[in-house]
Amino acid sequence: MSDILVSEQSAPGADGSGRPSGRLLEVDDLRVEFRTRDGVAKVINGVTYHVDAGETLAVLGESGSGKSVTAQTIMGILDMPPGFVTGGRVRFHGKDMLTMSAEERRRIRGEGIAMIFQDSLSALNPVFTVGFQIAEQFRIRRGMSRSDAKKRAIEMLDQVKIPNAKGRFSNYPHQFSGGMRQRAMIAMSLALDPEVLIADEPTTALDVTVQAQIMDLLGELQRERRMGMILITHDLGVVADVADRIAVMYAGRIVEEADVYDLYAKPAHPYTLGLLNSIPRLDERGQQLRTIKGLPPNLMNIPPGCPFNPRCPMAQPVCRETIPPLLQIGTGRASACHFAEELVNRD
Amino acid sequence: MTEHIIEVRDLVKHYPVTRGVVFKKTIGQVKAVDGVSFDLRAGETLGVVGESGCGKSTLSRVLMNLEKPTAGTVHYKGQDISKLSGGALRRLRRQIQLVMQDPYTSLNPRMTVGDLIGEPFEIHPEVAPKGSRRDKVKELLDLVGLNPEHINRYPHQFSGGQRQRIGIARALALRPEVIVCDEPVSALDVSIQAQVMNLLEKLQNELGLSYVFIAHDLSVVRHLSDRVAVMYLGKIVEIGTEDEIYERPTHPYTQALLSAVPVPDPTLRDNKAIIRLTGDVPSPISPPSGCRFRTRCWKAQDVCAEQPPLLEIRSGSDHPSACHFAEKREIVATHEA
Repeated sequence: MSDILVSEQSAPGADGSGRPSGRLLEVDDLRVEFRTRDGVAKVINGVTYHVDAGETLAVLGESGSGKSVTAQTIMGILDMPPGFVTGGRVRFHGKDMLTMSAEERRRIRGEGIAMIFQDSLSALNPVFTVGFQIAEQFRIRRGMSRSDAKKRAIEMLDQVKIPNAKGRFSNYPHQFSGGMRQRAMIAMSLALDPEVLIADEPTTALDVTVQAQIMDLLGELQRERRMGMILITHDLGVVADVADRIAVMYAGRIVEEADVYDLYAKPAHPYTLGLLNSIPRLDERGQQLRTIKGLPPNLMNIPPGCPFNPRCPMAQPVCRETIPPLLQIGTGRASACHFAEELVNRD
Repeated sequence: MTEHIIEVRDLVKHYPVTRGVVFKKTIGQVKAVDGVSFDLRAGETLGVVGESGCGKSTLSRVLMNLEKPTAGTVHYKGQDISKLSGGALRRLRRQIQLVMQDPYTSLNPRMTVGDLIGEPFEIHPEVAPKGSRRDKVKELLDLVGLNPEHINRYPHQFSGGQRQRIGIARALALRPEVIVCDEPVSALDVSIQAQVMNLLEKLQNELGLSYVFIAHDLSVVRHLSDRVAVMYLGKIVEIGTEDEIYERPTHPYTQALLSAVPVPDPTLRDNKAIIRLTGDVPSPISPPSGCRFRTRCWKAQDVCAEQPPLLEIRSGSDHPSACHFAEKREIVATHEA
């Protein structure tokens, strides 16, 4: 893989993993719209983020914020049509994936970037055994023999701590419990040792005790392999436990990006602040929850100016007129709010 | 006010597992609810928490009298609800109403909001005479924070949170005393979830409702509940006030469950002791002997396999817990700066 361009900040890996550390995956001003019978929904309106080797970027947002569509665009599994990429770049090791040939992209999938989905029951093929679905990759992509591939698949199942991996190899997905299926899917996505793992709500469908097991497992595997991870979620609790950096999305834009500690301590966007205020906390029996009023905008008709302005308690006339760009405010922090400085500096 | 509005005693609900089509034979029982007792007091919120498959939704169905219990009783103000029929049953149904989890599938897409919320009046015409129904529906819409002018709209024209408000309005139509909420906010986004939770709280204060609040999200349950029951494989393993359960849990399962909930504060990351439970919940068809939690419990001894622990107050604890070795453990989820 010597022809791969490595973008500016990266230096050869100092961790002995042999992998270059630095910008692995960059999404730059990505724009996606869905053209439907009822009109054009602007789902992603200039999303920029990146993930480096060994770090976890959490993409936080509510339904319809565009967090999953961004991931689907990165993976090249967006349904087109109705989806159309209308602008921007997705660079993997500096190379734009959106202009690559389908064959080049296919080579990145699995080995470069892999993905875990939320609903493991519908993501796994019900008519093939779990073992077959993992071994398939070794046979097709690595050209292994049937028996070698099986051996490797059992190793993978073992690595994700599925008890009796050998016996489980020939089970079908429905014979697994929800937590086990999610483990099997992790095994499948990690089979070709990807550099970036996109986890789209990996624990949303699971119970809390199982969720804790799966998040532990993901963290462990990520550290071992120095993977970059994009964790897509709406759960502020999970994010606080595992993320290094957070990008908050709203109406197809990143509204805030910050280090996990900064974000929770001093959010720099009123939407983030509203989200943090509106979650009931296990360790506090609060009184009235402070809510964000109103509803997220209709993506076919996003209000002019800042998309959050109709719901924002701080909105001023300027917010209804100009879209605030995502600007740096201090090191490693950015916010798309006209009043970000005031928000951070207030007590 | 310590009047018990609902009393549940030794409630059991088993579902048969059958094999064969023509010669059906029962090969086992899913023990969905297996001996549950509790009281609901007037004006309080009883939270019921547990993981999937613990029987909390079956419990709600039996409370609603949608399923007949296999054994045990549910008394509403002294009446055994499973023995009621005809007019008495219909009168009872006015008093206990249900808010369902999924606001997308629980509303008929072909009915307008006015019809959906007004439908209970068709069955119980004594609550609202024909001429006044539209006004009643408008009042209800206003009460749950929806625009009364939207009475002729269809469910698809509303967002998830608004639909859940419609579901709540419908449950309120007959002025019930008890509302069973089965995961009412779990399908909603965080910012919308908070709005609906505030609405439920407001309605309770204004109308003096009692809630049975069933949810898997422990933070949500804590926020709304006065008392909390923790369920595991068809049994209540611990019950107490919100404070007793969350600050001084004594059952190992409750402790593990609480420790596994992610707290939205990254500074607690490293000093949070999470109890790791291994494995999954066993099948309710053949639950473990003795204590049902023993297969995943780090305290399990021989006695746990032999004797099912009773839900009772033991020394060193102030509330009932179904563990032979119930004791307080050092703080599970604190947030003292």
